[in-house]
Amino acid sequence: MTDTASKPGQTEVWITGIGLATSLGEGLDANWAALQEKRINVDEKGFAPYIVHPLLPVTFDSQIPKKGDQRQMEAWQRIGVYAAGLALDSAGIKGNKDILSKIDMVVAAGGGERDLNVDTGVLTAEAKGANAPGFLNERLMSDLRPTLFLAQLSNLLAGNIAIVNGLGGTSRTFMGEEVAGADAARIALSRIASGESDIALVGGSHNGERKDLMVLYEFGDFNLKDKFAPVWQRKDHAGFALGSAGAFLVLESKAHAEARGAKPFAKLSSVVTDLARRKQAGDMEATLEKLWAKLPKRDGKGAIISGATGAEPATSEERGFLKKHADFPVRSTGTMFGHTMETQFPLGIALAALAISRGALFPPNDSTGTEIEMQGAPTQIVVVGAGHWRGEGMALVEAV
Amino acid sequence: MTAPRDKLGRPVVVVTGMGITTSLGAGKADNWSKLVAGESGIRTITRFPIDGLKTTMAGTVDFVSVDPFSSTGLSERMAELVTQEALEQAGIGARGDFPGPLFLAVAPVEVEWPQRRELGRAVGAPDFTYDDLLRISGGGKYSAYHHRFMFGSVAAHLAEAFGTKGSPISLSTACASGATSIQLGVEAIRRGETDAALCVATDGTVNPEALVRFSLLSALSTQNDPPQAASRPFSKNRDGFVMAEGAGALVLESYEAATARGAKILGVIAGCGELTDSFHRTRSSPDGKPIIGCMNKTLADAGMTPDQIDHINAHGTATPENDKMEYNTTSAVFGDLLQKIPVTSNKSMVGHTISAAGAVEAIFSLLTLEHQRIPPTINYDNPDPTILFDVVGNKARDARVTAVMSNSFGFGGQNASLILTREPA
Repeated sequence: MTDTASKPGQTEVWITGIGLATSLGEGLDANWAALQEKRINVDEKGFAPYIVHPLLPVTFDSQIPKKGDQRQMEAWQRIGVYAAGLALDSAGIKGNKDILSKIDMVVAAGGGERDLNVDTGVLTAEAKGANAPGFLNERLMSDLRPTLFLAQLSNLLAGNIAIVNGLGGTSRTFMGEEVAGADAARIALSRIASGESDIALVGGSHNGERKDLMVLYEFGDFNLKDKFAPVWQRKDHAGFALGSAGAFLVLESKAHAEARGAKPFAKLSSVVTDLARRKQAGDMEATLEKLWAKLPKRDGKGAIISGATGAEPATSEERGFLKKHADFPVRSTGTMFGHTMETQFPLGIALAALAISRGALFPPNDSTGTEIEMQGAPTQIVVVGAGHWRGEGMALVEAV
Repeated sequence: MTAPRDKLGRPVVVVTGMGITTSLGAGKADNWSKLVAGESGIRTITRFPIDGLKTTMAGTVDFVSVDPFSSTGLSERMAELVTQEALEQAGIGARGDFPGPLFLAVAPVEVEWPQRRELGRAVGAPDFTYDDLLRISGGGKYSAYHHRFMFGSVAAHLAEAFGTKGSPISLSTACASGATSIQLGVEAIRRGETDAALCVATDGTVNPEALVRFSLLSALSTQNDPPQAASRPFSKNRDGFVMAEGAGALVLESYEAATARGAKILGVIAGCGELTDSFHRTRSSPDGKPIIGCMNKTLADAGMTPDQIDHINAHGTATPENDKMEYNTTSAVFGDLLQKIPVTSNKSMVGHTISAAGAVEAIFSLLTLEHQRIPPTINYDNPDPTILFDVVGNKARDARVTAVMSNSFGFGGQNASLILTREPA
């Protein structure tokens, strides 16, 4: 097990910026308002029988002013660059060259969308008998947009964030679905806590409105079909509804934040991750218990924000874990935002920090009893992220 | 060797195991003997049809078989082989029980053409849409492809096979990925989170679409005949890089932990540095400042000055822009000292192993330190008169080498450098 817990002598790490662009809206107020109203934005028709949480349209120009830059990106990158810009705004460091020239980036990313017309064109031509040895080569050479590759490369989300905002520190891209988002936060936190870094931009983005991704998840029968239901109510109709979202955080040492007069939303006290074997029933639940035990002591007013996907058996195992901690009010980001894959964990941290800074947890949206009402202001929120196939992570977000 | 901590008070990080596979062959012995002999691993592609391609050669690893074939499967298999070799040399932990985390540099993953074509055929009609592909993807028939094409699948497999601890990290910093995997391991040991780390980098992505993608960006050499002469770093007639496959694995340990268990120390990762270039997606800032800054950061991290570097293992891709930029920036950092620093590019022989290159070249740098012999840059018959490196051209050179700087630069403004030494500074 690897972990990053604040150790004696290590600096406190604050969350000083949050950027959100989701299916519920852009910015903190819009997302918070939608959560309060239990508003969920799902599209059951556009990709029927599959269900997605589409991005609520944003004006990309406000964060990506050059049209040329926008054209060089596919949707997943535009969403991410947009949310990253909002996070820099939120932290009050947009355009601050001194800070942006040294900020460290850890981005959780998948890959970019394919050109479905090219793929379908090749396959249907082959179905009609095109079988010359160089047929695929020739079609790809003539049909692929030369710059599409750059819109697909995983590390070009970070690259585009750097280009658009003039970032000049370090840049690392982690891949590996859900847990990549947790590991990104873990590494950024440990680097700041140990003094290797003062300030970091951490997050991810995901375009859930993609049939090429649906094919990949359909291989494992993971897509939610026909009818939307909150994640805890999907046991007999399992699956995840892909969601579009970008979620970025500015993490900063307390000293660095105080020196520039920045106010924290909350502090990120610990991020722990692991890889359960998931060979037998109970493996994942046991790993979540181990992670829970590794988090620093919780004696405040606690809550849990879960990234449960709705896919089985992972969701049932997580529910088993949550039942053992039933005194903690639980909220599911999967119900409200859909499954945003690499972005789900940073999104969970963002909402935890937001809830702490606003002095209230958002209301439950579940009829199974997993999510219960919470009175008063949460001071400690545990973010839980268990991958639909592999990878488990947990974070503790606390009031400063 | 005395000090367990470096000048900055951090644990010294040493290498106790290495494994390597490239188009030259499997293992350190085979690779090293061919590398110093100036052999090329570049050949005409036979894995798939080359009709209609502008570039028809690559440094493929054809001696490792994977069934059913996929680039991700090949990446995984090569990573497994090099890890086994590294662990055997290190003699650390127990079988299937490595006492530290895994940092894996791996190419981005996606469903590949053989699988996509299988779906296309399964639709069973001459005319169909993408929705038809989607409709037949479920039901469990292709469930193995879900696992295969998860980004985290290679790391998950390695973590389970070798018993690494915690969540394995899969990373991509484009052509700097291999160096980043080492940097993450070094940092984890320096922070005291672990005494050992397994850093692996692998790339098996010579497939039609990957080749076309680089080709459309005009990044690849088209000097197909003879393929062995295609990769021409620092030459006037260089015209692009040559795609290649390979993998490298390094077992990193704190000096203290390595000596406590009596391990043989193969070298030291004295410094790591990284600096983002926000100028352009594929081009370096014309003033070279990010690369210069990256090298300076690395020197500072190692607590060293330019005069202490006596060999540079260049990124040396053989693209017109890279080699020129690399010379300009390196000379800005090293000044007059550069005339006396032999420089070589392993890519002249093994090609550009992309995600694996940083680790592959770090291993070659460590072997250079061990053998006190610098592998040549082959195909160096027509030097670029504007690149005034002391290139180790065509023939290996015996030299006193105590500290090597190894550079990696990638798309997306990724710059990373490493400094490797024989002994703690």
